[in-house]
Amino acid sequence: MAILLTRETKIIVQGATGNQGAFHTRQMLAYGAQVTAGVSPGKGGQTVHNVPVFDTVRDAVAQTGASASIVFVPAPFAKDAALEAMENGIRLLVMIPEHIPVQDTVEIVTRAEDLGVSVIGPNTFGIISPGEGTKMGIMPNHIYAPGPVGVVARSGTLSYEIAFSLTNAGLGQTTVVGMGGDPVVGQTFISVLKHFQEDPATQAVVMVGEIGGSAEEEAAEYIKAAFAKPVVAYLAGRAAPPGKRMGHAGAIIERGRGTLESKEQALTQAGARVVTMPWEVAEAVGTMLS
Amino acid sequence: MKQYEYVAKQALAAVGIPIPAGRVVRTADDAAAAVREIGPAALKAQVLVGGRGKAGGIRFAQSPEEARAVAAAMLGMDLKGYRVQTLYAEAKLAIDQELYVSVTTDRNRKVPLIMASTAGGVEIEEVADESIVRRHVDPRVGVLPYAGRELAADLGLEGTLAREFADLVVKLYQLYQSHDAELVEINPLTVVGGHLVAADARLNIDDSALFRHREVEPIDEGSVLEQKVHAIGLAYVELDGDIAIMANGAGMAMATVDAIQHFGGRPANFLDAGGGASVGPTAQALDVLVSMKPKVIFINIFGGITRCDDVARAILQVKRTTGIPVPLVVRLVGTNEREGVALLEAEAISAYSEMAPAAERAVQLAGEGR
Repeated sequence: MAILLTRETKIIVQGATGNQGAFHTRQMLAYGAQVTAGVSPGKGGQTVHNVPVFDTVRDAVAQTGASASIVFVPAPFAKDAALEAMENGIRLLVMIPEHIPVQDTVEIVTRAEDLGVSVIGPNTFGIISPGEGTKMGIMPNHIYAPGPVGVVARSGTLSYEIAFSLTNAGLGQTTVVGMGGDPVVGQTFISVLKHFQEDPATQAVVMVGEIGGSAEEEAAEYIKAAFAKPVVAYLAGRAAPPGKRMGHAGAIIERGRGTLESKEQALTQAGARVVTMPWEVAEAVGTMLS
Repeated sequence: MKQYEYVAKQALAAVGIPIPAGRVVRTADDAAAAVREIGPAALKAQVLVGGRGKAGGIRFAQSPEEARAVAAAMLGMDLKGYRVQTLYAEAKLAIDQELYVSVTTDRNRKVPLIMASTAGGVEIEEVADESIVRRHVDPRVGVLPYAGRELAADLGLEGTLAREFADLVVKLYQLYQSHDAELVEINPLTVVGGHLVAADARLNIDDSALFRHREVEPIDEGSVLEQKVHAIGLAYVELDGDIAIMANGAGMAMATVDAIQHFGGRPANFLDAGGGASVGPTAQALDVLVSMKPKVIFINIFGGITRCDDVARAILQVKRTTGIPVPLVVRLVGTNEREGVALLEAEAISAYSEMAPAAERAVQLAGEGR
C-alpha cells in the first residue's frame, strides 16, 4: 500500500518536451510509473520517449483519463499550468519548479482546496511509492525499496540520504513525500501524516524538517492529539544564523520564529523520537519497529 | 528582497496612503535644499537594518545649514556594518499616537494576514499578543472596505480615524498584491492633527516574483563573498568558522554544517551547490572556498540528479588551477559514484562513502573537536 500515489495512478507531464521534463519522463517510465501523456503548448502531436504530447491538459485528460500531473514548466508559467490542470480534472498535482512567486502559490493552493486537489510542492522532489513501483518526481530511482516506513521531507537531497540509509538498513518505504522548500506549500507534515495514519501498510513515519515556519510545531500538535504510529524526526539547520535564508526560500529564522529548538521541543513533547544527525534516523526507526 | 524606506514610502504614496513630505538625499547640498523646502526634518539613513535610531542613523536638522552639517557627518558613515550612501529627509511630525498595521503571508494558513495594533512604534514581536488584532484574508475575496471597518472597530478607532484606517487597509492590501510583497508594514502609523500618516514603512518583495517587477532595483545584502557566490547562482551564507563546506541541496548543506558543529568543528559557510550541480558552477564555487583560506575543505555529495563524476571533475579542475593548498575531505556517493571515486583516486584523493566519518575527519584535520 501507499498514500496519494499508487500503481493505478495515470500521470501526465506538463512541460514534457523541455530538458528536465523529457529526462524525468524517461526516469519515471523506467521506475514503472504510468506516464500516459505529456502536455506542451504548441508541441501537440510530438512524442517524448513514446509518450504522446498534447497541446492542452484538456486534450491529454480526454485521451488518457489521467488524474495526476507533474509540472516542469518554468516558474513564471507555473500558476497557469497548475490552474489548467485542476480545471481539467487533475486531482494530484506535483509542482517541481523552484522560485514560483508565493502569491501564485497562495492562489494555487486556494483553488486546490476548493476542488479537493492534493498539491505536492512547489519546490519539491515529488512523491514515490516504492511498493507500487511508481513515482512522480525527480528523485533517483535506485535508493528506495518497498517496506513499512512512510517518509515526509522538506528537502530533496537530505531525504535521499535518509531514505538510502533506511533502505540499506532493510527498512523500505511505503511512500516518500517531498513537501517542498517554499514558504507556502500544498501538502504539509500534518496532511501527509493524516494520510499515513490511514494507510495500514505504514508502520512508522520519518519526518525530515528544517528551520523556518512552524509546520513542524503544527504537526507536533497533531501527533500528540491523534497520531498513533511511531515518529522519528530529524531537523536540519541547528547551526543556522537567524535572518539568513539557508538555500530554501522557506528556511529562515525570522523575527525569532522558526527556530530548531522550538520545533525539536514540540516534537519531543508530542512523543516523537527526535535525532540530531541524519545517520541516526535508520537505527531509531529500527528500534521503534522491533 | 528588502526595500529601502524611501522606496516603501513611494509605494505607499502611489496607492494613496498619506506619508510625510520627504526627499531622497545623496549629498550635503541635497540635504540643505530638502530642509529649505520641507522645513525642520529628520535625516534618516537608508540602510536595511532595524534599530537605526539607536545606532545614530536618524538625526534632526532645524535649518538648511544644520542639515548640511548633519548630512555630511552621516553620509559615508558605517551603520551596523552598512555604509550609508543615501539619506531620506522627512518633515518632522507632531505625533499624537502611534499605531501598527501590516500585511504578510501566513505560511500555515496559506493566505494573507493583516495585523494591526494601537501599540505601534515598537517591533511587533515586543507587543503583547492581546494588543494585536489579526485578520486572515480570503484570497478569493480580497480586502473590501467592510474588512477595514471591522478592523478599525476592533482597534477601538472612531470617527475620522476609523474611516481613514478602513480606507488605508484596503490600499495596503492592494500594495501587497501589486508588489508581490512578503511583508508590507507601517510602523508607526501615526496620528498627526487627527489624521493618519505613515511615518515609517517596510516593504519586502518576494525574490521569486522579481521577474515581473523589473522596476525593482536588485539589492544583494550579502557580504562581498556571499555576493560573489550568489552571482554564480548558488545559495551561500557566510559563517564565522574555518572549515569550508560544500554540499548539494539546501537541506543537505544545512545538515552538513550541523554535522561539522556536531563533531566540535567550526563551519565557515553554508554552500548549496544545487540539486543538479554541473562541473562549471561547482568548480567556481570550490574556487571561492579555496580563496577563503580555510583550515579544511569538506565536500559532501549525495548524487541524485548531481552526478558524482561531474563533482570529481570539478574538484580536479580546481586542483589543477589552485593546487587546493588545504586539506580536502570528500564524501561522494550516489549516481556515477564509481566513476567519480575512480577519477579522484587517480589523482590520489580518497573519498568517503559515509557522511559521519567524513565530517569527523574534516574536524580532526582542522585541529578542532573533542
